[in-house]
Amino acid sequence: MLEPFFLRALAAAFGLALVAAPLGSLVVWQRMAYFGETMAQASLLGVALSVAIGSDMTVSILAVAICAAMLILLLSRQHLLPLDSVLGLLHHGSLAAGVIATSLIAGPSVDLLGFLFGDIFAVTYTDLIWIYVGGGVVVAIVAFIWQPLLRLAVHEELALAEGVPGQRIKAVFMLLLAVLIAIAIKILGILLVIAFLIVPAAAARPFARTPEHMVILSACMASAGVVAGLWLSARSDAPGGPAIVLVLAVVALFSLLWARAIEKDL
Amino acid sequence: MIGERGSGESHAGQPAHVKSADTACRHSHHSHAGLSANIDVGALISARALSFSRGGRQILDAVDIDLHAGEIVTLIGPNGAGKTTFVRLLLGLAHADAGEIFRADNLRIGYVPQRIDIDRALPMTVARFLHLGLGVTRADIIEGLRSVGAEHVVERQLARLSGGEGQRVVLARALLRQPNLLVLDEPVRGVDATGEAELYNLIGRLRNERGFGVLLVSHDLHVVMAASDRVLCINQHVCCSGVPTTVAKHPEYVRLFGPDAARAFALYEHHHDHAHDLAGRPLTESSDTGSGKESR
Repeated sequence: MLEPFFLRALAAAFGLALVAAPLGSLVVWQRMAYFGETMAQASLLGVALSVAIGSDMTVSILAVAICAAMLILLLSRQHLLPLDSVLGLLHHGSLAAGVIATSLIAGPSVDLLGFLFGDIFAVTYTDLIWIYVGGGVVVAIVAFIWQPLLRLAVHEELALAEGVPGQRIKAVFMLLLAVLIAIAIKILGILLVIAFLIVPAAAARPFARTPEHMVILSACMASAGVVAGLWLSARSDAPGGPAIVLVLAVVALFSLLWARAIEKDL
Repeated sequence: MIGERGSGESHAGQPAHVKSADTACRHSHHSHAGLSANIDVGALISARALSFSRGGRQILDAVDIDLHAGEIVTLIGPNGAGKTTFVRLLLGLAHADAGEIFRADNLRIGYVPQRIDIDRALPMTVARFLHLGLGVTRADIIEGLRSVGAEHVVERQLARLSGGEGQRVVLARALLRQPNLLVLDEPVRGVDATGEAELYNLIGRLRNERGFGVLLVSHDLHVVMAASDRVLCINQHVCCSGVPTTVAKHPEYVRLFGPDAARAFALYEHHHDHAHDLAGRPLTESSDTGSGKESR
């Protein structure tokens, strides 16, 4: 069971769990789950781009995710349609464009399923370096701007009136989210990458009393979910990424049901 | 052409200068030449001829204001009069299309926004919220909450507070910033009439203790006007301004709010000869306890 490929998968998932905890909590607090989802699904165009021009896949995905974020921001300034409808439009539109682009460019033989759900057992040492170095930089930057990020999450107007540079902080946050998506997509796929962000945070919420508490709990739960999911995957031959997400989702479900049952000052 | 001077975040002593209430009626339709000469540099904030429009609709048209240390200025006007926009311009959250804003070098604003609906997904105790980005000690936080009568909520979740408790916590945060100007945008929304009178009394008392200037925004009239030193009535432009009694009798005010409002205010003013503490007890000797609500 402890083959090198399995250990690499474990190391990759642990690394992602730690990087995803603070970003995932912030995504939940700022109601950006669907925003992140749209960025992730647009990334399939990044895959197509990388195949077409032969560029590095992580860099191509990063570039496309940033473009998607900017397009969302631009469209969020119109007030004819609510943001979730705009995101629905972009999210399905970009997925369709991505599927067509990859099929046209890479031919019908392209492993679409691999891009949609990732392959955690195909993690290479280069991927591990991306996760730990790239992820380390992401966590360091989040830690550095943690206070302003929190203040914007609590009450944006108040934070701005108190002198928090809102636009800059939010731009940096979106950039970090794009980096994480680009790093994680190979492993979890464009359909599951956001689950890895929001599901552990959701599971941690009922047990947390402060934001930092929620981040730490979320990292612990995600790590435990990684071990349990990969064990399940090894036992039953289920795909690794979906197994981890399934375990985490079940934990989150019970956690929220428990919170509903006790109804205390959470 | 927008000129903004002053750093706005430095921390020095408060200016002692208090200008007497301006009772002139200003219809700011005339053109302004030589704006800088008009700016009141003794004020915490002084703005001249601020104009703002969005989507082809004029929201503010040449509005002036001067705010000094130690005075309570109330901005009143009907819904949609541009009050919140005006405050956003003064706070620097939005930028005027035309006009000039002067901010004193030592200006430090404590802001209490209109609504504080915190998302429950964010776990945050009151203590953690008050600590966030302010560099205060636990003792400061307790003391800050005590000064607004909310020390019992210190370990509660921010998102689970009632409207009145939430307002007090945000007020405590504004006060912990050691402001010399407190800005409150419709602070009584979602608070009942008793809580409203209490809040204004609290603000008046804190102003007396600490000497900061206060800018209150309200679409409600009587209680807030009685608590103010000066009232600025706006409806896109400044309709009238001055001490509350003068404004209440001004034809523009009567036109905006109706003759009943003017009469009710006169009645209220007559009864309001003492202040109340937070429990509703009068602070000076007086027999008619709680009379502040009679005219409402």
